[in-house]
Amino acid sequence: MGAQLIQVDWAVVLIMLPLSAAMLGFLLPGMARNIGLLAALLILFTVVGLGWQLTQTGVYSHVAGGWLAPLGIQLHADGFSLLMLATSAIVGVAVSIYSTGYFKAADDQRFWPTWLLLWAALNALFLAADVFNLYVTLELLGLSAVTLASLTGSKDSVSAAMRYLLSTLLGSLAFLLGIGLLYHQYGSVDIAILSERVNDSTVSWAALGLITAGLALKTALFPFHFWLPPAHASAPAPVSALLSALVVKASFYILLRLWLGLFDFQQDSTVANMLGILGATAVLWGSIQALRQIRLKMLVAYSTVAQIGYLFLAFPLAQTGGNRVWYAVAYLMLSHALAKAAMFLVAGNMMLFGGHDRIVNLDRVVQRLPVTVAAFGLAGVSIMGLPPSGGFIAKWLLLEAALAQGHWGIAGIMMLGGILAAAYVFKVLGYAFIPSPVPHQAVSVPARMQWMALLLATLAIMAGFVAQPLMQLIGIGALFDSTGSMP
Amino acid sequence: MIWNNWIPLLVVLSSLLPGLVIFTLSEKQWRVRTFLNIFGAVAKLGLVGWMLWGVYHEQHFETRLALLPDLDLVLRAGPLALFFVSLSTLLWLVTTVYAIGYLEHSPHRSRFFGFFSLCVTATVGVALAGNLITFLLFYELLTLSTYPLIVHRGTEEARKAGQSYLTYTILGGALLLFGTVWLYSLVGTLEFTPRGFLSQVDAQHHPTLIIIFVLLIGGLGVKAALIPFNGWLPKAMVAPAPVSALLHAVAVVKAGAFGIIRVVYDVFGIDFAASLGVTAPLAWLAAATIIYGSLRALFQDDLKRRLAYSTISQVSYIALGVAIAGPLASIGGVVHLVHQGVMKITLFFCAGNLAETLGVHKISEMNGVGRRMPWTMAAFTIGAFGMIGAPPVAGFISKWYIGLGALEVDQGWVLLVLAGSSLLNAAYFLPILHAAWFRKPPEKWPHEHDFGRHETSLALLIPPLITASLALLAGVLAMLPFSPLEWAKLISVREFYTP
Amino acid sequence: MSMLFFYALIGVGLFTLGLLALVVQPHLLQKILALNVMGSGVFLLLVALGGRSQPVVDVVPQAMVITGIVVAVSATAMALTLMLNLSRSSPGAQLPEDQSADS
Repeated sequence: MGAQLIQVDWAVVLIMLPLSAAMLGFLLPGMARNIGLLAALLILFTVVGLGWQLTQTGVYSHVAGGWLAPLGIQLHADGFSLLMLATSAIVGVAVSIYSTGYFKAADDQRFWPTWLLLWAALNALFLAADVFNLYVTLELLGLSAVTLASLTGSKDSVSAAMRYLLSTLLGSLAFLLGIGLLYHQYGSVDIAILSERVNDSTVSWAALGLITAGLALKTALFPFHFWLPPAHASAPAPVSALLSALVVKASFYILLRLWLGLFDFQQDSTVANMLGILGATAVLWGSIQALRQIRLKMLVAYSTVAQIGYLFLAFPLAQTGGNRVWYAVAYLMLSHALAKAAMFLVAGNMMLFGGHDRIVNLDRVVQRLPVTVAAFGLAGVSIMGLPPSGGFIAKWLLLEAALAQGHWGIAGIMMLGGILAAAYVFKVLGYAFIPSPVPHQAVSVPARMQWMALLLATLAIMAGFVAQPLMQLIGIGALFDSTGSMP
Repeated sequence: MIWNNWIPLLVVLSSLLPGLVIFTLSEKQWRVRTFLNIFGAVAKLGLVGWMLWGVYHEQHFETRLALLPDLDLVLRAGPLALFFVSLSTLLWLVTTVYAIGYLEHSPHRSRFFGFFSLCVTATVGVALAGNLITFLLFYELLTLSTYPLIVHRGTEEARKAGQSYLTYTILGGALLLFGTVWLYSLVGTLEFTPRGFLSQVDAQHHPTLIIIFVLLIGGLGVKAALIPFNGWLPKAMVAPAPVSALLHAVAVVKAGAFGIIRVVYDVFGIDFAASLGVTAPLAWLAAATIIYGSLRALFQDDLKRRLAYSTISQVSYIALGVAIAGPLASIGGVVHLVHQGVMKITLFFCAGNLAETLGVHKISEMNGVGRRMPWTMAAFTIGAFGMIGAPPVAGFISKWYIGLGALEVDQGWVLLVLAGSSLLNAAYFLPILHAAWFRKPPEKWPHEHDFGRHETSLALLIPPLITASLALLAGVLAMLPFSPLEWAKLISVREFYTP
Repeated sequence: MSMLFFYALIGVGLFTLGLLALVVQPHLLQKILALNVMGSGVFLLLVALGGRSQPVVDVVPQAMVITGIVVAVSATAMALTLMLNLSRSSPGAQLPEDQSADS
């Protein structure tokens, strides 16, 4: 039995399953919800299968249909892919269950096929072994994300989606141009082959610039973050959770993978330092903006801008900090995905409950939606980087690297970012305790919507206790270890 | 014994698990809630008693779990850790009984007791932490779990108090985190070691170590309410009385003071810290805080606020005793951790009783309360005498040892501080006692409740009587084994100084 | 080779021109067209670079371009739908902040 299970191409299933479920849901709109839920659970199961396979046999690689790159599709899974697949699966299942309470039947048939398509794009992206497939999946992801963002059809959400679409297309074009240059110069799109061939040349630098800029735009790195807050804040809550937790991580995933595999030729740290400076600005700008917001969803969206900044702080640190820094980044991606998804689900609950999300008028939700507020608090702990939480582990490792290398500026920014995060999280919590001058009418919130938020938040906390085994899993394939040794 | 490896963890879980279950209970299930509360507290007390006996006979209790690739979560029961654990466990039991009585008819009790249990879990974790990162973890957990208690009443005033509390403690936590990570990147270990682990560090890093010391003490000083970080404490008085008792005597303030002891003795080592020249400024800061707190207390009419400023003053005795850097003074400082706790919790219980039974909140309303509530005021009187430092109450022992210790290392100025502060203490406590016992009671109390046969409900009356007796016994029986004083001497021999 | 280089240069030119229009032009239709011009620039560049001095033309860039065109078509369709949707709810097909800047 075990021997047969290990032969299964779990990775192929991971792409085909959501894709075919999306088609089915499109064809049978009445059953879209049930099909989607079933697919979600099966995907979770499949990711477990893939994870088990990776622990047994190491890095997985598969050539679909026997066609080799550049024309064929090659799949590749290591620990980092597994981390992202698992994060998507966990967040995906929770959001799927949540959305059965959030969407009415009429919205179901639009939400489910698109969401499953997005999931297929995510999985394919995390499994892609060549840069061209990365481009294709990135586009698929972008288009389905924009569709989801415009789901409500309100004026705000459509104009936000429009801006999102223009930005994401621009980013993709820059990315495409970059990989075109790489192919021209080095004659391959396979990451593994490219990583051997790419060297310090003008074309490499041009490709580096185009790809980094394109992906930074899609990841909403300051100052390219302008599209993110309106898009994430005006989308329906489950969609916001998916966009903030997973979609922006996908483009960062590509950036990190290419940075480690292809762009390690550059010895001087100018680009890395520039990314670090932008990241630092993002941390401060995003946090301050979050603090100034009067609406909960905007606050959470700006918090995403800030947290993305932390991811980019790693680039200058990794110059000499080695793999520890990248492990910290991977951990931050995981814990931010869990915590931020939880926060958006919470925002959705509060919006449903009171009909608005103005922070000062939350009106004693702490007593009336205790589970939801608990979820916000726990997710907040991880976002602030307080122990015990996944966010703490990541920020500890980053801070340690910053101090060990004497990067005082980065260390200071990280501390300041944490304090500002505490300020905006507790701003919300404080108003959750007191009655509002204008009491609002309460609509009951289904229990599963509350518990899914709490589940994700709890997982973000629990991530603080399993750092060691998780990092071993992430380390399969030793993607990060090429840059230095794990002490 | 294999069991010994798990007992520290069990001690932490014995309040964590009941707390988590309590969150899920509805308001009406008060029997289950009370059972869980009391069961957890008693179980914890039993485990702590077992460890006390074991540590006295030189057994080791240590739980170690992996947290980061090369940093562990360590819970270790050394003599000093147990000293603090015993205090918080015992006072938790008493405070739980009191809180059950105090909050009998108020809303949201499940939430209150849930966070109450989390708060004690964090305190016990702070006490048992075997390295600085574990300490940090529980220290932050303490910040987070006390916040909902402070804003429990859900008024705008409570929200503001909570915000002020967080502003201070989050900043303090940030300083502490910064110092901790810096220390780790410098020396590569954070394990608490008797007599410190930094004395071998290369001399070129000594200036860095001084900065780290300032960061750590700054971070801890926020909770320990040292000057200038004590603005939050009086504001936090809006919380219900059991919370104030917990904040002042058992958990928050004590965690800060305990952390200072840890950093000075088990991270830097007292001799090394003294050679760096960082203990003297700490002593001055503590002395200044003692005088400042007493002076401010003098001008408060609100009883709880006066007690709050008194706490600021009294907790700094701990830091003072620690920073004088003499064996006897350390004993005085450490033993005050327990003595102050027992005495201050008595005073807060009594203040809570007055507010709950008679609606009396201000000192100017306290005329003649001694006749209406003799038992409560008797307990209050014992606590107040202890604070002043009158023998035979426990407070006298602490001051005596701190004074002797100061003379031992030629720091005569400390005696002036002690004398001045005792005078001030007398100046702000004796008028209260005089008014309560010798003035005529008013015709009508502001907001009187009738509790039948006794002066107030028994759940409110018994806890302060117990803690008052403990304060008295700790002073009278100071020379018996297992008394706080004798245990403090044991700590001093085993952990602080090379014999 | 020089011819190919010329094509590549035109490709870069189109890309730049499109980028400029994307940023400067307020009307959404113009923005969408600008993106398409940029896309054409990229495709031109890819095809031009693919025609290297080999006896056989490299097919991979052409495959890339075909895929790219498919993506561009669907993205354009989607953008137009959003634009129509937007112009129905408010006069003029512009993004909110551009409107406020104009008026």
